[in-house]
Parts: sequence; C-alpha cells; structure tokens
Amino acid sequence: MSAPRKLPRWAELGLLPLVNLLAALILSGVVVKILGESPWAACKLMLAGSLGTQDGIGYTLYYATNFMFTGLAVAVAYHAGLFNIGGEGQAYIGGLGSGLVALWLGDRAPFAVVLPCAILGSASFGAAWAFIPAWLQARRGSHIVITTIMFNFIGAALMTYLLVNVLIKPGQQSPETREFGAGAFMPLASDVLAKVGITFAATPLNFAFVLALLAAVLVWVLVWRTRWGYAIRVAGQNQSAAVYAGISPPRIIVQAMLLSGALAGCLGLNELLGAQHRILIDCPGGAGFVGIAVALMGRNHPVGIFLAAVLFGALAQGGSQLSFDMPKINRDMVVVIQGLVILFCGALENMFRVPLAAMLSPFAKKQKPAA
Amino acid sequence: METYTLIVLTLAATIRVATPLLLAALAGMFSERSGVVDLGLEGKMLGAAFASAAVSAVTGSAWAGLGAGVAAAVVLALLIAFATITHRGDQVVAAVAINIMVAGLGPTLALAWFNIGGQTPQLDLPGQRFLALVWPWEHVAREHPFPGLLYAELLSGHNLVVYFAAALVPFSAWVLYRTRFGLRLRAVGENPLAVDTAGISVAGLRYQAVVISGMLCGVAGTYLSTAASAGFTRDMTAGKGYLALAALIFGKWKPYPTLGACLLFAFTDALAVRLQGTPLPIVGVIPVQFILALPYVLTVLLLAGFVGKAVAPAAIGVPYSKEK
Repeated sequence: MSAPRKLPRWAELGLLPLVNLLAALILSGVVVKILGESPWAACKLMLAGSLGTQDGIGYTLYYATNFMFTGLAVAVAYHAGLFNIGGEGQAYIGGLGSGLVALWLGDRAPFAVVLPCAILGSASFGAAWAFIPAWLQARRGSHIVITTIMFNFIGAALMTYLLVNVLIKPGQQSPETREFGAGAFMPLASDVLAKVGITFAATPLNFAFVLALLAAVLVWVLVWRTRWGYAIRVAGQNQSAAVYAGISPPRIIVQAMLLSGALAGCLGLNELLGAQHRILIDCPGGAGFVGIAVALMGRNHPVGIFLAAVLFGALAQGGSQLSFDMPKINRDMVVVIQGLVILFCGALENMFRVPLAAMLSPFAKKQKPAA
Repeated sequence: METYTLIVLTLAATIRVATPLLLAALAGMFSERSGVVDLGLEGKMLGAAFASAAVSAVTGSAWAGLGAGVAAAVVLALLIAFATITHRGDQVVAAVAINIMVAGLGPTLALAWFNIGGQTPQLDLPGQRFLALVWPWEHVAREHPFPGLLYAELLSGHNLVVYFAAALVPFSAWVLYRTRFGLRLRAVGENPLAVDTAGISVAGLRYQAVVISGMLCGVAGTYLSTAASAGFTRDMTAGKGYLALAALIFGKWKPYPTLGACLLFAFTDALAVRLQGTPLPIVGVIPVQFILALPYVLTVLLLAGFVGKAVAPAAIGVPYSKEK
C-alpha cells in the first residue's frame, strides 16, 4: 500500500500503457483458452481480419472514427477534473441533431452546405445534452457521474419515443427514419480515392474520419495551447488554486462539458451521415463507453487517443472476423477485451506502476532519499 | 371491482419488479456507506444472473444456482475491491470496467458452453427455479375479493427471494444502526482517518462492505434469471443496477427510504406496462417511455436539490491512503 511512485515520462506515457494493455490481452487470451479455442490463432485471425486487408483497414478506421469522437469527449472532461460517463447519451442525442439536419437539407442542398449545418447540429445537440448535468454539477453540486448516467437513460427513452412515435417512416415496422437525401451522404473513402486513381475496397470509411482527426488537433490546440485550456487544466487539478488565479471553476466545468458533449455528439456524422444514412435505435452502439477505454488507454492526449481508437477499431473489426471463423466465439468477446482494457489501464493502473518504478530506478537520476 | 382487481394486480407486479431493485440498492447501501461508489451493481447482478442460470441448468438445482450466483458476484466485487481499495484505483473506472466486461463475458461463455446463441438453456424442470409459494387458504381468500385478493396477490404467491428481500430491510437497518459493525461502516464512509486512528483497518472494513454488496447482488441476479424468468439472456439486467443506484440515492442511503424509492420506481414500471396505450382522463395517452424515464428524472431533480436534498457519505469515491 505504498504511494504510487513517479515514473520517468517515457515510461509513464509509453511503457506503462503497453504493460497494462499486455496484461489485459493476456487475460483475454486466457478467456479464449477457456472457451476452447487457441489464443494464438484468435490473435492471428483478429490481426489479419482488421489490418491484413484493405477491407479490414477500412472498417477498422471507420470504427476508430466513432471511438475518437467519444474518446476525445471523455478526455476533455477529464482535464477539467470531470468524469463524463454520459458520452453514450450525448452521442445519441448528437446523432439526432445531425440526423434532423440531414433529413431536412439532404434533399435540397449540396453536401458543401449540409456538412457545416450537420456538424453544427450534432455538436449543439450533444452539447445541450451535456449542459444540464454540467450546470447541475457547477451550480448545485450534483455528482456529474450519476447525473450523466441518468441522462443516458433519459436520452435513450427520449430517442425511443421520438423514433417510435414521431420520426418513424410512415408505414414501416422498425423504428427508423426515412433515408437521408443524397446531399447528406458523407463522401466514402473508396469514392474519393477512386477519383485520384487509387482503388480502395468499398467500406463505410468516410470523410468523418478526417473530421475526427481535425477534432483531435482542435482539442490539442484548445487544451494545451490556449489560455482557456490552461484554465481547464488548472481547475481540473486544483479548484482552490484556480479560484486564486482568477478562474471560475463552475464556468470552466460548464464550458468543458459543452465541448465534451459536442465532441461525443459528432459521432452521428460518422455513424449516421457516413454509414447508416438514417436515424435508428441505439445508433452509438456502446461507442460512448468504449470512449472511456480509449481515453484511459490514450492517457487523455489526442495522439494517444488516436492510437487507442485505432486499436479499439481493430478489435471491433477483428472481433467480427473472429466470430465468423471461430464458431465458439461471438462478437461479445470484443466487449470482454474492452472491459479488461479499462480494468487494467484504468482501475489497476497503479498495480504495475510500483514494480515498474522499482525496476527502472537504477536507470533514473539519483533522487533525494525519502525522509 | 374491475378497477380494484387492476390496482391489486399492479401492486403485485410492483412487488415483483421491486425485489431485484431492493436487493441491489441495499447492496449498494453497504458499499457506498463504507465510502466505495457502487456503480458495479449492474455488472455484479448480470454476472450472478448468468452464473446462477448456468449452474441451475446443469445441476437442476436452483439452490446450487443461487450459490453460484452469489459466488460469481462476490468474485467480481473482490476484483473491484482489489483495484480500488488495495491499489487505490478509481472506483468509477473499476465499476465501468466490470460492467462492460461482464456484459460481454456472459453471452460469450453461454455460447461456448451451451451453444444456443448467447443464452443459457430454458429452466423448465421443477427445482431449477425459485417458484411462487402459495400461502394457506389462498383459494378461500380469492372468493372474497376484499380483503382476500390482497392476501392472495400481495402476501401470498411470491417466491422465496421476494420474502428474503423484504426481511432484509429491517435487518439492514439493524446492522447499520444498532451494531458495532454498522457504526464502524458508517464512520469509515464519513471519516476514514478517524476510524484508522481508532486502530481499525479502513481497508478491512471496506473489503467487508464490498463483499456484502457482492453477496446481495448475487441474490438479485439469481432472482432475475431463475425466479423472475427462466434462464439468462443477453443484457437481462437492462439498467436495473443503475436504477437501483438511483433508488439508493433517492432513499438518501437509508434502508427504509430506499425501500420506498424501490417501490416507487417499481410502481412506475408496473404502471407503464399497464398503461401501454390506455388513454387517461385529462392528459390522454402518456407515452410509455416518459413513465419509464421518470425514475431517472426524479433522481436528477433530487440530486439537484429541487426535491429534498441527498447528501452522500462524505468520503465516498475517495481512495484512502495512510500517508496523506
């Protein structure tokens, strides 16, 4: 029960996450073994299925786009000292925002007009869904973890109501809207690459991937290169220091959560405008929760989040490949791995820190002996 | 008479829906009163639901299933305790990890072991499930609707777990407020330093609390898969763990108010099922989703301090370290 010791920066950002990931993967291998399949074969299948073919790469990056948006959302809130567990609900409502824009403008405007409106729609709806828990945390002291969970359920109920009773395409059984107009379709990577003479497999990978990369850059600039980002990080580290420095923590809480919700809301750009082309039940499909794993694994830094999102995208894609080829394994295995990654990279991150610090201490600079 | 029967049947449904909520909420109460946030209720219940249904299907004994369900939930609880108490990891993150992992693990193991699409086999043999107990003279009572129907539907006709859950409320209150353990438990959730100074192990107490929570979640999960339904299906907790947490908050972390909150939330659920598409006077048809979302809205309002005030245990969510 000794205090977590300091690790050198490279080990903190590189080695420790890798060791944690390795532990999670080893335990996943044990689970695969229990299921009666070979962990090695499963590993090879997943790698080949996710990164071995153009098809696999396309799907991997398509999933990764969702996870980047939700991962960035968790990270921005984290820097303000908040745990936004409501990414799922914010993504769902954000999807409604982008979907409504797409339904409204898709038939009558070109993509160049629809895109900025859809971004605005998804970001503002996602932000709005994060605003109430944020305001309650800032002004009334309600715990944001609990309120954002409650808002996931309230959001799901609201969306079910809207899809079943209001937005459903008339004369249809399943609760979905009609298909968007062609103006609201995100350009597919395969089409764009074909125009410059590169053939790429037809996958749902679309322009939203570029938007997610831009969002990552934007988050990096905002959080690490602006006064506002500095204020967020100070308020997240130490509220009294923030007050002393003339920063208002309640204001920062609300602003950070607005950005967080907006980022999560942008999931709809990829999932709905890029792939499904309609609003449907449970469109985030758990991506809001994967975002927690992605942010933890990526150390809440945009570069780390990009890498972690690709990793989780590969897991999602490799997992579906796995369920085709191994009859004893279904896609739920991927969810197990996600859970184990959160466990080891998040909750158990201190477990390996102490032994690692002890192992690395001969290489570290001499420190003053502890008093 | 028609309305009367309907009301009694809705109340009977309320009791059935409230049982797993109450068990999980009381589980959360022990954990949270000791200072450990219990977002893992959902995962522990789901894990227990799978383990109990699987073991009951294989052995043919609901009691063996109960044992397995409790054991599975305790193992998950110990995993959370190991991460958050021993290694002082983030309690919310640990619980989220468990919830996600179990959501995947149940269907995965079910597919590998039973090979029927991520479910466990249907429990239809006698002894595989906890069935409703019929009290004496139940048939006689039914002949006299008032008050006989109340006896037949509300007191009689539930399974053992329901009565266990009901008895657990006064027992929990006694443990929490009238025993040395309960005093220490409440103290460690408010001021762990004081408990430590008195020479009592903070970690030890919190481990005990988390294990109790695991045991009760085990019973709750067993109820879902071997009493309320006949087998494990994917995501069968469907947010009940979070709803139980909301009930615990709504009940201000106290046994009897928590019971009230569970009954209220269960009643909204039973009502939603009854009211499906039925127009009401003045307001017309209320969408089912609005009624189902009501518990969450109420909890948010309570947390916001608009209806009463919920004050959490002071040390909740903070890992304890001696050095600071």
